[in-house]
Amino acid sequence: MSELLQFLFSGVTVGAVYALVALGFTIIYNASDVVNFAQGEFVMLGGMITWFAHAAGLPLPLAALIAIAATAALGVAMNKLAIEPARGAPVVSLIIITIGASIFIQGAAQLVFDKQIHSFPAFSGDDPIRIGGATILPQSLWVIGGALATFVGLWVFFTRTLLGRAVLATSNNRLAAQLVGINTNFVMTLSFALSAGIGALAGVLATPITLTSYGVGIGFALKGFAGAMLGGMGNPKGALVGGFAIGLIEAMTAGYLSSQYKDAAAFIMILLVLFFMPQGLFGRKSTDRV
Amino acid sequence: MKKTLIPTALGLVASLGLTTAALAEIRLGASISATGPAAFLGDPEAKTLEILVEQLNAAGGIGGENIALVLYDDAGDPNKARTFATRLVEDDEVVAIIGGTTTGTSMSILAVAEDAEIPFISLAGAIDIIDPVKRHTFKTPHTDRMACQKIFEHMQNQGFTGIGLISGTDGFGASMQAQCKDVAGDFGITIVADETYDPKDADMTAQLTKIRNAAGVQAVLNPGFGQGPSIVTRNYRQLDIGLPLYQSHGVASDGFIELAGTDAAEGVRLPGTALLVADLLADDDAQKPVVTAYKAAFEGKTGIPVGTFGGYAHDAFLILTDAIARADAAEPAAIRDAIEATTGLAGTTGIYSFTATDHLGLDLSAFRMLEIKDGKWMLAE
Amino acid sequence: MKLSAKTATLLVLALLVAVTPFFFPSGYYYRVGALIFVNGIAVTGIVILTGYAGQISLGHAGFAGIGAYACALAPVHLGLHPALAVVLGAAISAAMAWLVGRPILRLKGYYLGVATLGFGILVSMVLNNERELTRGPDGIDVPELGLRTVLKDWGLELTNGQFWYFFCGLFLILGAWLALNLYDSPTGRALRALHGSEIAARTVGVDVARMKLQAFVISAVYASVSGSLLALQNKFITPDVAGFMHSIEMVTMAVLGGVGSILGAILGAGILTLLPQVLTVFAEYEQLVLGLVMMLVMIFLREGLLPSILRRLRGTGE
Repeated sequence: MSELLQFLFSGVTVGAVYALVALGFTIIYNASDVVNFAQGEFVMLGGMITWFAHAAGLPLPLAALIAIAATAALGVAMNKLAIEPARGAPVVSLIIITIGASIFIQGAAQLVFDKQIHSFPAFSGDDPIRIGGATILPQSLWVIGGALATFVGLWVFFTRTLLGRAVLATSNNRLAAQLVGINTNFVMTLSFALSAGIGALAGVLATPITLTSYGVGIGFALKGFAGAMLGGMGNPKGALVGGFAIGLIEAMTAGYLSSQYKDAAAFIMILLVLFFMPQGLFGRKSTDRV
Repeated sequence: MKKTLIPTALGLVASLGLTTAALAEIRLGASISATGPAAFLGDPEAKTLEILVEQLNAAGGIGGENIALVLYDDAGDPNKARTFATRLVEDDEVVAIIGGTTTGTSMSILAVAEDAEIPFISLAGAIDIIDPVKRHTFKTPHTDRMACQKIFEHMQNQGFTGIGLISGTDGFGASMQAQCKDVAGDFGITIVADETYDPKDADMTAQLTKIRNAAGVQAVLNPGFGQGPSIVTRNYRQLDIGLPLYQSHGVASDGFIELAGTDAAEGVRLPGTALLVADLLADDDAQKPVVTAYKAAFEGKTGIPVGTFGGYAHDAFLILTDAIARADAAEPAAIRDAIEATTGLAGTTGIYSFTATDHLGLDLSAFRMLEIKDGKWMLAE
Repeated sequence: MKLSAKTATLLVLALLVAVTPFFFPSGYYYRVGALIFVNGIAVTGIVILTGYAGQISLGHAGFAGIGAYACALAPVHLGLHPALAVVLGAAISAAMAWLVGRPILRLKGYYLGVATLGFGILVSMVLNNERELTRGPDGIDVPELGLRTVLKDWGLELTNGQFWYFFCGLFLILGAWLALNLYDSPTGRALRALHGSEIAARTVGVDVARMKLQAFVISAVYASVSGSLLALQNKFITPDVAGFMHSIEMVTMAVLGGVGSILGAILGAGILTLLPQVLTVFAEYEQLVLGLVMMLVMIFLREGLLPSILRRLRGTGE
């Protein structure tokens, strides 16, 4: 029993990071119909900038805030410079653009920071908490809490605030939104800033556990993307559930089947879902205009 | 425009030819993984080579001739490594090659080097690089097999008979895992649990829990490099497994202690080289002057603490320049023979003595069993 | 005499392969050329799948991996001659593509992308983990093809670099010729039709599912042959050949140069293969430059480099 609990804790910890990345994917997809493969780099930047600022002497909370703000700004820049100019391009071109952005950011990170592995202290210490024979790190609770809080915050934002509903309207039908007076440019900027900020938050919360270096982005992007797909692309609830699901599947496979193929389990799951439930767990069946 | 194009082109080509002939220099080639998944190892290697070449040239070079280093970054891709090796041999016309940060890149480079009959000193760990012996290929790091033997030797002394193994699925981890499984029996040790993790994974508590629950585990060994072992070490402490944890020489650097945290790293043992315990070496230790000089040069220039990987590059350069100084001519064949004749050369990794059948040149004595106490490297009992 | 696009393409390729060696200062350039041709074969397959039929694959390197490891393993375990191993690899890739393609190609856009991605990753994982068979992440030796010695016996002596340059060049021209024929064939027209609109194609009687599958299988064979040639010329291969980054590389090369045209895709292959060689002095900036190039070309030259350049030269403007 304690074994199962330990696997659960392991799965939920990494799952929370994937969920945050998946949420970031979802927001941008909703706003601009683009899957942003550079999402993982936002996570990397969140961690690396925090480390850099902290190592330069700034207190940790301030460093984290700077990291999130800087990354959000980068997200906005990316939208203005790379995504907006390419609106209407075929899907494969957009994929190349965002992957190009991802490679560009990695290249820049190598130069601005370095190629070593880094970390910073956990927020409330390293002493594991013992529950039912298994242990969980306090930082894991921060990550899980962060994912849930972000989700709740986004839910409130999208359903209860006017601005949030403007974002939903824009993602539904851009022209119609403009016609009712919504500043769609601002909405796009906000969406990218939000998505990048959430990615950076994931990086800030997770780095004390996962460590960070200039190349960690791709791994997070792949898993987070898988989670978003599993849950149904474009659905925030799906992103949350999908992200945690991927984390749990991984941990259970490592624990009970084979640690070598745990990544395979997640991808096999994705393939099965896509074959039998192509819109994901929570996605709506889409209809295409011919 | 067309009339002047061809003469201009010819002129350029001629001038290139003239310029390369004018300078008497020894051209050294290097293909290192300074970026990519092995950047963590390749970056210090590249920096080390650049520092040492600069140092040597400032001191007058070898026999009055400067060393020209042609350094390429293969990003850990064996295909690129082969292309760069071909370029070094055919285009840059180097007399020797140092490099191959990973086993994959080393195997690619050595194929080209053997064909072109140019000496190649590899910086990777796998035993396959020099076993079977290839005429022109040498290597500086201990083999992963030796690391296993050193660790098992220590475990045997401690009376352990059953251990758990958790390895990274990268080349280094997988290769060492295979070697350890091969030699465990020689030391009376049975591997009762055998788990793996992906080098990019962030949490290994599932695998460690399985190991802890396996019957008969008295110690745990983690072959791997990069961030994986640091996370394994932290998870190990988190799960409070309480059994001795052995790491591999893949994490023999101060960076490992920093990432794992002094708390989690307490008591961790691994086979390291003299480089990590420079201050603890006896004054008459043959390696002490070399180690201290390299440590000062590297840390002074880069501000990063020394690690064994930079040390491998240092030793490769040392062996090569020592051989060139002894060789009849700065030509590949002569240099190769001189390298093979090296005896008792003290490097940072150990003391090298090559023979026609031994292109590694080290034995187990160069490895020292280290233990981390209070965030510092100590010699283990 | 007006040259058809097909003849022009083949002529350009043939000239490229035959004439450029006269400008090679050293043997190294043969190696780079051979690599460009190998990549060119793979991207020709991508042109068929993505350019003609409009389907995205982010996992095609999986087939390259199957082709490569077939050449490494079949001679040792099945006693096949390496040349036959290439055929075996292509056959296995085709079979896998057929099996996997039927369910996968029902998906579209990003979903198709992630499904193919999953496939590619699974292949590379198996190659990486099954150490007993594949020797794992450190890679495995690949037997010598032996064709060069046969040619030597017949009196044609080529260096290793020269042999592989011309051998791969030949395969590239052959592959391009087949792809160009496909374009003009009824299958090709069906593919182009379903690229435009699947529903419309269905209404005129195109068996969309079958056509998509055909394109997938054919492009898988191209990728497989490309992987086999790479393995044979390096005499060594690692699981990276099937990895995610290699898949992305293949798609990027095709799209950068112009995924609608074979010459364009090969141009893209040339540029991306040459980039690390050209940027060696600025190796630190290589990723930065690569990312920048990818973004700029896709934003400003949407159809890819070659079509945009040709458009400029023809003076028809945007």
